[in-house]
Amino acid sequence: MMTNLLSYLEETVVRLPDKVAYSDGTDSLTFREVYGQSRALGTALSRAGYYREPVVVFMGRHPKMVTAFLGVLYAGCHYVPLDEEMPRHRIQLIFRSLKPRCAVCDGKTAELLKEFDWEGRVLLYDEAAAGEIDEAALAAIRDRALDIDPAYIVFTSGSTGVPKGVAACHRSVIDYIENLSEVLGFAEDTVFGNQTPLYFDACLKEVYPTLKFGATAYLVPKQLFMLPVKLVEYLNEHHINTICWVVSAMTIVSGLGAFQQVRPEYLRLVAFGSEVFPIKQFRLWREVLPNARFVNLYGPTEATGMSCYYEVKRDFALDEAIPIGRPFRNTEILLLDENDRPAGPGETGEICIRGTGVTLGYYNDPERTAESFVQNPLNKAYPEIIYRTGDLARYNEEGELVFLSRKDYQIKHMGHRIELGEIELIANMMPAVSQACCVFDDVKKKITLFYVGEAEAAEVVAYTKEKLPRYMVPNSVRRLERLPQTPNGKIDRKGLKEQACAR
Amino acid sequence: MTFDELLEILSDLHPEVDFATETGLIDNKVLDSFDIVSIVTEISANFDVSIPAGEIVPENFNSAQALFELVERLSDED
Repeated sequence: MMTNLLSYLEETVVRLPDKVAYSDGTDSLTFREVYGQSRALGTALSRAGYYREPVVVFMGRHPKMVTAFLGVLYAGCHYVPLDEEMPRHRIQLIFRSLKPRCAVCDGKTAELLKEFDWEGRVLLYDEAAAGEIDEAALAAIRDRALDIDPAYIVFTSGSTGVPKGVAACHRSVIDYIENLSEVLGFAEDTVFGNQTPLYFDACLKEVYPTLKFGATAYLVPKQLFMLPVKLVEYLNEHHINTICWVVSAMTIVSGLGAFQQVRPEYLRLVAFGSEVFPIKQFRLWREVLPNARFVNLYGPTEATGMSCYYEVKRDFALDEAIPIGRPFRNTEILLLDENDRPAGPGETGEICIRGTGVTLGYYNDPERTAESFVQNPLNKAYPEIIYRTGDLARYNEEGELVFLSRKDYQIKHMGHRIELGEIELIANMMPAVSQACCVFDDVKKKITLFYVGEAEAAEVVAYTKEKLPRYMVPNSVRRLERLPQTPNGKIDRKGLKEQACAR
Repeated sequence: MTFDELLEILSDLHPEVDFATETGLIDNKVLDSFDIVSIVTEISANFDVSIPAGEIVPENFNSAQALFELVERLSDED
């Protein structure tokens, strides 16, 4: 039985040493190079005394960054991916909650780290990955490894303004990769076009199946997602046949009319998710790719990547939503009503997930872990943790699961999960802002921030940009004399939302 | 469409950017893909000019001036 993610690499490197594993179109690494460099990095980390602890991988989007993840695993540690484009404030918060002793960097990010209030050690990837490999030390580390040990920690938005670090173990990732691969039918000739940032669990879909099957993954340069024709040309140039993108990335391509000029020639599998796909845009994709499979994916970071899938085989009306379907094998969805009983047919319930895919919880944060990772209320006999997603859904007449909405103020924007409260909190940190309220226009997909105070809108934007990831920066910022209130004295979010949507 | 009207669209998206002088809107990562969609949509809705996908290249979007020239050119073709 496979108990460690590195086994995927070790089996494939024997078979396909000279095949390209990861590439960005300019720089590439073969399986042999990935194997060699990751073990050298693992050796360097181990010799420096790091073991069973978080190691930050803070690098630019590059094949070396993926290889660094594996290097951290070889050291018996868990990787924490951070991106050079993350705002400083957020990185600082992550360092504070994680307290890592070591970070793997490239030349550029090593310079950036100097500005931070952090005492740990920086290991330069290029130096460490070119070093020697201590086979005996690595074998000893592996010998003691368990599949319940964490493989990574990724950070998601948190409503208190502090990002939450979701820790997932090898076993959960293996379970996910095996079942995802079975449904999507990945193979050795799969050529992935990765869109999602490497600092999210979403990239598991490309990173590990590439190792498992000896496939190839292209890390599509981020800038191309602004340039739709060039993006499709990139897919064609590299014979990319499989994409798993957030819906926003796909609708940019179709919405801007790229298909009138160029068609994707090799795509045979299009998986998408993290957001509702507007049917008008979805039809444009199906028209241009009549022979491709289209699969909707759903799942929270807390249950390792994706938990549910739905393969689109029928037509959808413009006002219909594509279902999220059914769970992957070895995962169960409990749809629980307000009294924690299973919701009846057609009734709304909260999606709760049980199975090996449920992650270990929020790192260094027992309180918030206890709120969402809870005892299965249907099982009184022995300890069994399920994850409460906060997502509401129901079963349709075909018995397929359909996503309805969130329970709280959490939203999905451009494929990212965002707590509107986190944006409000940042705006409220400004001395010249006395009150702030953030709303989301679900149709236009725009975040609007209303605020009261002396600050100019431009200053508020500049401030939020400095402190929040790009996808959380409000699309529109508006000053009001005062925020409208409900009869109960709460901020009238609904009224503000209508005001934002009307514009 | 006048240059000022275009500046208004852009400033509405990014009040903190000086669009009259910035010449690296794409290269310096000032705009992201979401902004591009907004700009193309706004121009098409307000000025009846549709920007074909093939024209969405850095040369046409790096500055307000370049974008204005693109819109002028596309209007003339109609």
